[in-house]
Amino acid sequence: MALKGNLRDFSITQLLNLVNLARKTGMLYIRGAEAKAEIYFREGKLAYAAMSHQPNDLASVLYREKKLSAGQYKAIKARKEPMNDKALGLLLVNAGYLSQEEILQCLQAAYVGVVKRLFAWAEGYFEFDGKAPPPAGRILVRVDLENLIIEGARQLREWEQLQNEIPDLDMALKFTDRPDTNLRKLSLSVEEWRVVSFINPKNTIRQIARATKMNDLEIRRIVYGLLQAGLVELVRPEHKPAPPRPIHTALEGKTKDEQRSLVNRLISRIRGL
Amino acid sequence: MQTVKIVVTGPFNAGKTAFIQTVSEIDVVATERKITSEAERVKDTTTVAMDFGRITVDEDLVLYLFGTPGQRRFDFMWEILSEGMLGFIVLVDSTRPETFREARSILETFRAYAPTPYVVAANKQDLEDAWDLEDMRIALRLDSRVKLLPCVATDKESVKKVLLELLFSIMEEIEGGQA
Repeated sequence: MALKGNLRDFSITQLLNLVNLARKTGMLYIRGAEAKAEIYFREGKLAYAAMSHQPNDLASVLYREKKLSAGQYKAIKARKEPMNDKALGLLLVNAGYLSQEEILQCLQAAYVGVVKRLFAWAEGYFEFDGKAPPPAGRILVRVDLENLIIEGARQLREWEQLQNEIPDLDMALKFTDRPDTNLRKLSLSVEEWRVVSFINPKNTIRQIARATKMNDLEIRRIVYGLLQAGLVELVRPEHKPAPPRPIHTALEGKTKDEQRSLVNRLISRIRGL
Repeated sequence: MQTVKIVVTGPFNAGKTAFIQTVSEIDVVATERKITSEAERVKDTTTVAMDFGRITVDEDLVLYLFGTPGQRRFDFMWEILSEGMLGFIVLVDSTRPETFREARSILETFRAYAPTPYVVAANKQDLEDAWDLEDMRIALRLDSRVKLLPCVATDKESVKKVLLELLFSIMEEIEGGQA
């Protein structure tokens, strides 16, 4: 089965949310107007990312981060037999030149940087391949996606999209029941924390906006980020009145036996079609 | 003669007319017009008022299937069609993620009209580009308790399964509710 489409219709933030919640493993290929990106995920976490015009092999990343000099970088690249990232990393650690943590931090920053650049892509064909092997010879990292998703939502400027995502400010929010969600691990802004502190099925989004002195765009953007990160879900507020003109349902005014009999007759008929 | 109805809703070109046509014993009374908008020109005609199919259950009971117009500008019809419904089916095109947001919005609108049971049917699951059900569940933000069913609207058995699942949900609600 395919997981493909265009970022125009399904944003990178939404894709990250999907990968995160479904704990997907595989390669996400994105083809934009001027570049291509490859992002590898392992069990819903970012493991590797590269952009077509910027090499993300270990030597290049360390050189860009000024952990290797130009001479060292040239020497590594000039080797007759190219060294893969794992072998190079081991060499640098064993030589006491860099620690394992420094190497992983540099790679994490580089991979996260690729994903952040994708937030600016309004269009781009994407395809997720759950059977793709991890990129050969690369060092994989494990980066939680929630912070990236919230970061992506902060950059969302499209008022229309936000309005479509959260059309009704009179809905309330509640925390999801995901056991692995840990708010303390998230880098929320002051404004986001203020919104989080008001989350309760009794408070509508509009009330939260009023209490936190945010306009519609600001509150929608923050709520969108929390929704996409899978931290909260929209619920009908506990005190919200029923619709002004309730619609009558077909079973109203019937006894339970009459209701059962009617539905059973329908089931028998459909089975017999 | 008693009549009951099930509403089949969903975004533009989700397959609502085909779904009803597949099980209706009469030719579907379709109110289709030629598409005028370039953006929506993925098919030649679209439903503008409603589709209408019928399944005679016995001499005292008839089930009507109503298909809503898919284009948002005809949404004034939705509330009228919802009146007295037994339940509703939200049909989503599994190959067009660009319609998922619209599907979610339609689902919310119908849920607000009436507290009747519903199921979501992921249509065109036979096509190569179809998204996985579990991916669609996340994209549509469906709770794990909501029935999301694979569907091929042109296949009778598939349509029957969706209708039956909705009826099972209605039965569960009857059994779980107050007398």
